[in-house]
Amino acid sequence: MSDWPLLSIVTFLPLVGVAFILMIRGEPGVVERNSRNVALLTSSATFVMSLFLWFGFASGTADFQFVEKTDWLPGTGISYHMGVDGISVLFVLLSTFLTPICVLASWEAIHNRVKEYMIAFLILETMMVGMFCSLDFMLFYIFFEGVLVPMFILIGVWGGARRIYAAFKFFLYTLAGSVLMLVALLTMFMNAGTTDIPELLKYSFAPGLQTWLFLAMFASFAVKVPMWPVHTWLPDAHVEAPTAASVILAGVLLKMGAYGFLRFSVPMLPQATADFTPMVYALSVIAVIYTSLVALVQEDMKKLIAYSSVAHMGFVTIGIFTMTTQGVTGALFQMLSHGVVAGALFLCVGVIYDRLHTREIARYGGLMHCMPKYATVFMLFMMASVGLPGTSGFVGELLVVLGTFQVNTLVAALMSTGLVLGACYMLFLYRRVVFGKLEKEDLKDLPDMSGREVLMFAPLVVLVLWMGLYPMPFLDMMSASVDNLIANFETARAAAEASVPAALALN
Amino acid sequence: MTVLIVFLPLLGALLAGLFGRFLGRIGSQVLTCGLLIASAVMSTLLLYKVGFGSGPFTVTLLDWIQVGTFNVCWALKVDTLTAVMLFTVTVISAVVHVYSIGYMHHDPSVPRFMAYLSLFTFFMLMLVTADNLVQMFFGWEGVGLSSYLLIGFWSDRPSASAAAIKAFVVNRVGDFGFLLGIAGIFLTFDSAHLDTIFAAAPRMADQSLRLFGLELPLLTTLCLLLFVGAMGKSAQIGLHVWLPDAMEGPTPVSALIHAATMVTAGVFMVARMSPLFELSQTALSVVAFVGATTALFAATVGCVQNDIKRVIAYSTCSQLGYMFFALGVGAYQAAIFHLMTHAFFKAMLFLGAGSVIHAMSDEQDMRRMGGIWKNIKVTYAVMWIGSLSLAGLPVFAGYYSKDLILEAAWGAHSAIGQYAFWMGAIAAVLTAFYSWRLLFLTFHGAPRADEKTMAHVHESPLVMLIPLLVLAVGAVFAGMAGYESFVGEGRAAFWKQAIAVVGDDPIAAAHHVDGFINILPVGLALFGIAVAFVLYMAQPEVPGRLAAAMPRLHALLLNKWYFDEAYDRVFVRPAFAVGRILWKVGDVGIIDRLGPDGVSSLAYLAARRIARLQSGYVYHYAFAMIIGLAVFVTFYVVGMEG
Repeated sequence: MSDWPLLSIVTFLPLVGVAFILMIRGEPGVVERNSRNVALLTSSATFVMSLFLWFGFASGTADFQFVEKTDWLPGTGISYHMGVDGISVLFVLLSTFLTPICVLASWEAIHNRVKEYMIAFLILETMMVGMFCSLDFMLFYIFFEGVLVPMFILIGVWGGARRIYAAFKFFLYTLAGSVLMLVALLTMFMNAGTTDIPELLKYSFAPGLQTWLFLAMFASFAVKVPMWPVHTWLPDAHVEAPTAASVILAGVLLKMGAYGFLRFSVPMLPQATADFTPMVYALSVIAVIYTSLVALVQEDMKKLIAYSSVAHMGFVTIGIFTMTTQGVTGALFQMLSHGVVAGALFLCVGVIYDRLHTREIARYGGLMHCMPKYATVFMLFMMASVGLPGTSGFVGELLVVLGTFQVNTLVAALMSTGLVLGACYMLFLYRRVVFGKLEKEDLKDLPDMSGREVLMFAPLVVLVLWMGLYPMPFLDMMSASVDNLIANFETARAAAEASVPAALALN
Repeated sequence: MTVLIVFLPLLGALLAGLFGRFLGRIGSQVLTCGLLIASAVMSTLLLYKVGFGSGPFTVTLLDWIQVGTFNVCWALKVDTLTAVMLFTVTVISAVVHVYSIGYMHHDPSVPRFMAYLSLFTFFMLMLVTADNLVQMFFGWEGVGLSSYLLIGFWSDRPSASAAAIKAFVVNRVGDFGFLLGIAGIFLTFDSAHLDTIFAAAPRMADQSLRLFGLELPLLTTLCLLLFVGAMGKSAQIGLHVWLPDAMEGPTPVSALIHAATMVTAGVFMVARMSPLFELSQTALSVVAFVGATTALFAATVGCVQNDIKRVIAYSTCSQLGYMFFALGVGAYQAAIFHLMTHAFFKAMLFLGAGSVIHAMSDEQDMRRMGGIWKNIKVTYAVMWIGSLSLAGLPVFAGYYSKDLILEAAWGAHSAIGQYAFWMGAIAAVLTAFYSWRLLFLTFHGAPRADEKTMAHVHESPLVMLIPLLVLAVGAVFAGMAGYESFVGEGRAAFWKQAIAVVGDDPIAAAHHVDGFINILPVGLALFGIAVAFVLYMAQPEVPGRLAAAMPRLHALLLNKWYFDEAYDRVFVRPAFAVGRILWKVGDVGIIDRLGPDGVSSLAYLAARRIARLQSGYVYHYAFAMIIGLAVFVTFYVVGMEG
């Protein structure tokens, strides 16, 4: 097994599914059914293949594993270089895990252009997985931008009423960042003479240059996270996106920014990272409190959860920039947990949206009486979102708070208010949707979750509890890489500080 | 055995919760009650074994979180303190489970209710057996979740779901302190493991901690952060507002969670952390002050409430205050002793009140009761026993524990001890007063309910009465039985290392106070009863005139010192208003207008003006790319030159 190009298989297997779907001909009904089946089969097969990563991953080392390297543009130093470490491997798994669930979620919700929808989804999977596996900045950039195209199409074609506006806004924001990142990429290439990530990790950029590179990349990553104040694309994109696209958006796309920080900004630009840490703290704390308060007054379910995502990602960015073992591990864990929990919450919204075709909170109420199974599942994910111990949400938040408290108690305290506010908006949402009398006529005979929906939620439920009660397998996979990241960061910082007096002496 | 004690309730909860439909009402009732009774029997054996035999032990189950030096396991730590809590929790819980069979008879979702009760019990047991702070936090928030689910059990009532949210959120405010406390403890001790912390604590006594840019004494700060958590869970003044509203839950829930067990978690936590608290006199004084103030404050409010359950709720709040000031003067054993006796008599009062409510066709307002004692004699007798015990009259359980707490406060010979003693003494009068006010209003005088209700008044079925009688035995004898081991001569052998006391032993001091202090509490209680008799039996028109004579005071008490109104104005409404402003003005008005919408309209204008060659995104992309490149190159060149 070990000599198989496993990462390439996982990355490009969905494209094989795309080829099959393209070949489907016949009656519209048959085409739709077959497209769905092929998409589900392909994404499930991809997930199964990615499980070899889970079992084959050696957690004792921080080195890149499953490495593949082939010349791509000879002479330029740009190569097709794939590999994963403890920081990226779990995101590959998250992507392959969520995709089949998303296909299931789209089973009945998508009626028109099913074939094209499934194709877009599978391409999206390739792009996501490829991005997390890339060990070449150029390759990364292609996948990173490539993700946006199918997502843009998914929102723009299968979205809600204001889908054009949302897609446009989404595109404008990410465009601004992407351009700057391309510039950073070129600058790095001109400086270091390579785009190979392991090489770049060893290269140390001049302090002045680091600042510019950091800002250029920050523009791109901050939009993806999203950080305040460049978050306003997210609520609109979520509201208009079809359920499955929301799941991927919250589950995987939001992690791209934070992943970028961990893969590029922090290890390659340690000096600038240290300089900009206060700014990141400030923006993140604002994000936590600001968006929590905004979430409290939302009338649209998806908007509410979208704003809560911004708040949760605030925890992540703080955790990363603490550069403590607990903080960074917590941030990584929180990213995974949020991927599962926010994804599940969007699926929860999707379940009732499919029945009533509205996301307006006020249109619901008393669902506990007609949909008890749904009420239970929704309760679990709500509690996970609130960070109740025993669910995955708690482990990440606890670790981030522990890490942050070591470096800045004020940030830790302000951030923790998010836990109180989070409880407010989530419980308030749940109360309005699920509790209360079942008074509205059109709600009275809503059917409870179908077998397909139960099947869709079951793996998510298991994962949320597993990650909450016994997170060790996940933490073990991360630990060596996180330790290595922090050790390198501290070495670089120490070296930089030692060289400052030397530079002064020269002057 | 410990593992079974803790996990049998979880098993019951899972089976009843997931397979309730197959088990049916009877099936889930029998199952959960059976498992709980088994758990209670084993806890009793365990208490005997740990308290009077072998020492403490720890059962490690599984790794939980291990990141860097941060390492916590799932583990069950059993010492005398835990064993006492296990015994109290499982016994009361088993009794309440059985009682619920009768009380929830008419309810359509019995399996769900039983599952929640068992789930609560499991979380509570995890809380008291925790060997590290994170597992304690797991139980701590878990009981909060169950409390939320059970308060909102009748979710059709808007008031119930509002109360449920309030309980969860106010507890979260406390947990915010607890969580920061855990973070601070980890920063200080590099561990969240209790034994490690306790071993290292004395070395940290004089250290300081930089918090929010201030230089603060380390252990005091940590203790106070933890105590914020305790205040939330145990409804101490400031964070007490959720407890009275929590009475929206079914009465068995009020008895189990909001009287006997969950609300005492804060008391347990401070006692558990005694090796830390003992090293900070300031923290202990704060605990005593908050406890004493709550004891009196809640008692004053309890005197004028008309809802039978709310009177008892405020009484609980007040009694928790007693426990806290006992902790604050260092009399941990007395606090835990009172915790146990209180669990029995308060659970009994609540279940008795439930029996009254059941008899009165779900009427809770005492102004529409009266004259029913002849119809429900067993309940009547039980309520008397509970009240006698609560007021602390001799022979009854409350006498032994409450008396000792007041003596310990007096014996502390400190300013804070004196404050606590006098607050507690006045509260003792009020306690007796409101208890007998409740008895007289509910059972005596002319019936004030309508005839239909009065015709229906009936004694509860045996399945409800037997639990009451079990608790009655506890409410009478728990004090006598436990006195010697908990706080008497045998206390050192009983507690072993479970509780740390640095310096003088406050319990020993309590045993040596003057004779006058010894009999004062009983005298005060009798005085309170006499006043209640005069006002509500002999001269029933006086209370109305008193209220009319002092309208402001009456309104202040009736509205619970306006805490809810103040919080509503200061926190709730501003939060919503600010949220709306940030959304409409911040996001939509400023960020979007300057950001994407502005850019897009600019780009649109620019595109139309500059050239009509092309339209669409590709063009914009290229355009912005060039601009970005130009800007960056300019900065880069300028930067290199400078």
